[in-house]
Amino acid sequence: MNTAVTNSAEVQKEDSMLLQKAMISANYDALSTAHEEGRKISSTFVPGNLNELLMCFDLVRNLPEINALQAGMRKKSGGYIMEAERSGHSEDVCTYVKSDLGMMAKGQVGPNGKPLPTPDVLLLSYTGCFTFMKWFELVRDEYDCETAMLHVPYQADGEITDNMRDFVVMQLKEHVIPTLERVSGVKFDIDRLREYLRESAKAEENLVWVLQSAKNRPSPIDAYFGGVYYCGPIFTAFRGSKQTTEYYEALRTEVEERLEQGLGPVTPEGVLDEERIRLVVEGPPNWTHFRDFWKMFYDEGVVVVASSYTKVGGVYDFGFRHDPDHPLESLADYCLGCYTNHSLPSRVNMLCNYMDEYEADGFLVNSIKSCNSFSAGQLLMLREIEERTGKPAGFIETDLVDPRYFSPANVKNRLESYFQMIEQKKAHGDAKTAA
Amino acid sequence: MALEAIVERCRNLCDDLSFDCVKQWKSAGTSRKAIGHMPVYVPRELIHAAGMLPVGILGGGDQLDVIHGDAYYQSYICRIPRSTIELAVTGRLDELDGMLFPSTCDVIRNLSGMWQLKFPDKLVRYFDVPQDFDLDVGGVFYRRELQLLRDQLAELGGREISDDDLRVSIALYNENRCAIRELYAYRSAEPWQVPTPEVYLLMRAGMVLPVDEHTRLIHDYIAAVRAVERPVRDNCRVVVTGLFCEQPPLGLLKSIEMAGCYVVDDDFMLVARWLLDDVPTEGDPLKNLSDAFITYSVETSCKYVPKREAKGKFLIESVRKNHAEGVIFASPSFCDPALLDRPMLQKALTAQGIPYTAFKFAENTGQLQPIREQAGTFADSIKLWSAA
Amino acid sequence: MKTFIGIDLGSTTTKAIVLDSDASVLGRGITNSRSNYGIAADVAKQEAFLDARFFLFGKLLQDLPTLDGYLDEFLSRFEQDFRLEQYLDQLAELERACLDSATDDRLAKDGAETRALLADVFRQLDHEAPKLYAQGSSRKSDFFRDIAGSQYSRAAESVTQDSRISFEAMLNIYDRSIIEVENHISNSADEAKFLSALDRTCKQSPRFAGLLDELRQLVRRVLAYELEESYVVGTGYGRATLPFSKEHIRSEILCHGLGAHIMHPKTSTVLDIGGQDTKAIQVDSDGIVESFQMNDRCAAGCGRYLGYIADEMNLGLHELGPMAMQATRKVRINSTCTVFAGAELRDRLSMGEKREDIVSGLHRAIILRAMSILSRSGGIRDQFTFTGGVAKNEAAVAVLKELATENYGELTMNVNPDSIYTGALGAATFAQRAVVH
Repeated sequence: MNTAVTNSAEVQKEDSMLLQKAMISANYDALSTAHEEGRKISSTFVPGNLNELLMCFDLVRNLPEINALQAGMRKKSGGYIMEAERSGHSEDVCTYVKSDLGMMAKGQVGPNGKPLPTPDVLLLSYTGCFTFMKWFELVRDEYDCETAMLHVPYQADGEITDNMRDFVVMQLKEHVIPTLERVSGVKFDIDRLREYLRESAKAEENLVWVLQSAKNRPSPIDAYFGGVYYCGPIFTAFRGSKQTTEYYEALRTEVEERLEQGLGPVTPEGVLDEERIRLVVEGPPNWTHFRDFWKMFYDEGVVVVASSYTKVGGVYDFGFRHDPDHPLESLADYCLGCYTNHSLPSRVNMLCNYMDEYEADGFLVNSIKSCNSFSAGQLLMLREIEERTGKPAGFIETDLVDPRYFSPANVKNRLESYFQMIEQKKAHGDAKTAA
Repeated sequence: MALEAIVERCRNLCDDLSFDCVKQWKSAGTSRKAIGHMPVYVPRELIHAAGMLPVGILGGGDQLDVIHGDAYYQSYICRIPRSTIELAVTGRLDELDGMLFPSTCDVIRNLSGMWQLKFPDKLVRYFDVPQDFDLDVGGVFYRRELQLLRDQLAELGGREISDDDLRVSIALYNENRCAIRELYAYRSAEPWQVPTPEVYLLMRAGMVLPVDEHTRLIHDYIAAVRAVERPVRDNCRVVVTGLFCEQPPLGLLKSIEMAGCYVVDDDFMLVARWLLDDVPTEGDPLKNLSDAFITYSVETSCKYVPKREAKGKFLIESVRKNHAEGVIFASPSFCDPALLDRPMLQKALTAQGIPYTAFKFAENTGQLQPIREQAGTFADSIKLWSAA
Repeated sequence: MKTFIGIDLGSTTTKAIVLDSDASVLGRGITNSRSNYGIAADVAKQEAFLDARFFLFGKLLQDLPTLDGYLDEFLSRFEQDFRLEQYLDQLAELERACLDSATDDRLAKDGAETRALLADVFRQLDHEAPKLYAQGSSRKSDFFRDIAGSQYSRAAESVTQDSRISFEAMLNIYDRSIIEVENHISNSADEAKFLSALDRTCKQSPRFAGLLDELRQLVRRVLAYELEESYVVGTGYGRATLPFSKEHIRSEILCHGLGAHIMHPKTSTVLDIGGQDTKAIQVDSDGIVESFQMNDRCAAGCGRYLGYIADEMNLGLHELGPMAMQATRKVRINSTCTVFAGAELRDRLSMGEKREDIVSGLHRAIILRAMSILSRSGGIRDQFTFTGGVAKNEAAVAVLKELATENYGELTMNVNPDSIYTGALGAATFAQRAVVH
């Protein structure tokens, strides 16, 4: 995700990371000054983010999930959440929402230290997550701003039907686009959209290459913690821009070089030089203890070779590309295809595919308390995948941005036990075949 | 039928987690099918038109120990999905030939996928309803979804569902809606006559009985209650909201009454009260069902409210219409729809000067004393305030 | 001989096991956990080696015809007398530490009087000591801190009654001194102590008196064995702070799984209800962990739950099980949260429910939580091994057996009186395998 890592010089960074940092920084500055410059601001969600469409209306794009994530990494979300709970929001609900509401209550200060202005339009992309619907009702209630609902139906039976696609396209035509036109004062130009989609496809091509580089041994990337940075631009305010295309070209070149030199992934603690365990991970990462969490894997030589979280803002590694020739249908298919909009059986199939294609030694679930969309059913998925692949599965419980729900001692204990379990199994398996 | 006998019968139907009455209904005919559905909303008329029995599955309540069900869920998820799975894996839902999961929330949504994995030979359908309420957009989507369900039920039942079949079913459900409206109106007018625990049991009975039988039962109950004179108490009048999915133990409803509150409106068994008016029987019945949904559904936490000003209007109208003095928010623990909505609804009530109180519960809540205290304090404060 | 050691640093107790090259258990040691994990580990280890010496001694004695039929009686007496010697030694150390602490510059004018009172206290303690270790005596605990603490407290209370020195002052001195004494690690091959104990035993029993010289020689022989610490593996909460490198540390899940397998080789599922967490572990036929689930964020379902109940009811933990077994009615406790268990308990008492029935219901509630974790880990497979402090509670065991058979069919449930050593046994086995394989 878009994470501006402001740690000291000891932290290893690549050029692509610096490029991304500049893009994020510029976007926050653009948000802060948007109204002064006569521009309008939109808010939307990562799953189903119609960035190319929003760009057609010259809107400056705000993503509350990213703001919450940033607040988590900067250790501010705890305070925001408590503020929201004090004003009556339940302990049981999503901490992204509470972090956002708390941030709003405390002056809506962005990661750049400047206040973020009120959005002019909320594009309620109701994709893969029920909470999104109520989140924007809450924000709308607070700001009294225009809201455009885009209901993206759930792929309950593992496929996109014509009815689903038609419904999304109709909503775009009849409601979403007219609202965006009205709010922005810019007339919709479908050819402009096509241009942006063309750029998106280029970036998607390179992103997929990068993600699939993890099939190699050793993997040149970490597809979970590192993956968060790789998906940043494409999942947020930048997909469809030429800058993003450049970013992914640069990223691919970097990874190609690492692959050629047989290097492992770059981590904040250094390059991982001995790949001992390969894992597929399901579920979002934790943001409040992101670095410590990554270190627990790094210390044991564990590399994540594939993850579901890097598909939450769009699934591109099974062939889908934004298609300029069918722009609105393409936008619909993009939304419908986001990871959390897939049925559970579909998700299981995807993860089993990853276990196989990426030659993983084990499957780990990071179960997030806030996120029922991901979490409800993960225990069944765990057993199903364990049965089908024969590989050991692990299970830890944390949260997105509430620091009270990340217990480093407990997480470390469970992870260590799980990693040792995998090694024991491998050693024993080898002993058996040798005997 | 005597009043006690009616209530007793409803009680037994509610407590029967083996669904004997469904077994009996099925064996009374040839190749009869039963389709289970979780709370909130499914178009039962369509199931009925297929010659099948819609069966509301509302979790395991407070008498069921959940042992296997906990294997499927982390601790921060509500109880109804785990007790529902418990019912399924212990064979209590074997009589059901299919299961429908409404678009209540992500937990129920994902449960549909779990069902597909665990019971691949049953009909499983996640029933998505549109959050776009434009007849030409959401309406079109919904009509096609209804048609899809119609086709699936036809295939399962081995016979077509004609428009006339559907019209007959709609008419029967219209009668049921009418009876329920009458029951609720009676309770609102004379709540001492119609205690809420009895209303609850009657509505639960409607989840397992054939619709015409249920309609008769309601009429019987109303007649039986009119024949007795029950003591009037000095209770305040409240609307209870939040009970649309995970169900409260009966003791909780009794506690609220014991504490001094008459419940004059509620949101349990929304599936039976979802459509606020009758569905026309002339013309295209599927279109009528679809349009009815789009244009006159209840407002509840599982739905989107398109206009900011409209948020909470439905609840406020219910308070006004039923001359209620306050609202009790009874939300299940961990319930995303109820808990996310609550602050907005409370804000709307405050703007209208309507008092409220709120607590959380679970379907197996054993500790009712704190709830009695809270409801009692609320009732007292309303009385004091209105006296002032 | 080569020995292999496993050390399990738990939240309440620290355990150690010593194995020989054939992976047979030579000795077991246990001590109360303390803030200095390294010392707790060393104390437990020395206790285990002590136990090993006794075991080896016992083996030597097996061939002695003169002790025929009385071997067990002798060994048990001898060990008690050894413990008594140990206790007396520690008392002497404690006395020295207390006296040092009661210096004039600390207590000014009270110094002399305090020291006199301390002398009285310790005279009393020394006098009472043999009774604690007499035949047929039962002690609430085997840890010096517990025994000495309660003895000292009683004695101090009586001596300060007519003195101007306060009871609290005496307690403060104790508190200052006990840690130093507790953390002193004795030598497991202390010949002097063994011999004095032997003297004591033989003196008290004419049957053994005549064997004194022979026994002395055998003791010296056993103490001369070199018990080489070939490999140590540490596990448990405190393991990360042990001065061991990574290869010498294993997660307690793995150690527990393997330990249960060693104790009961047909084990497939292990349930451990500890003080702070509950673990459900599935192991294969070689004791290797296949899957596990833990409840480590929530006290409901852990030993702590019973601790809260015991406190609420003003009972000792060990009294809960027997009380629950007296239940006549089934009471359903729905609160899964420890915090509310107390409230529900009070509620029901006020409604007239019997204590026995409620406590039984509470046992059921804690076991139901364990059942959840078990079902998440993959269910209960035959054979099922139940370990941890709660496994000593007969009511908990009964409910668990009932629920297990109800939901997973007939199966063999193993409850081992030594189950507290499961983790240490697994760790020691890992140590042995690291070298012998």
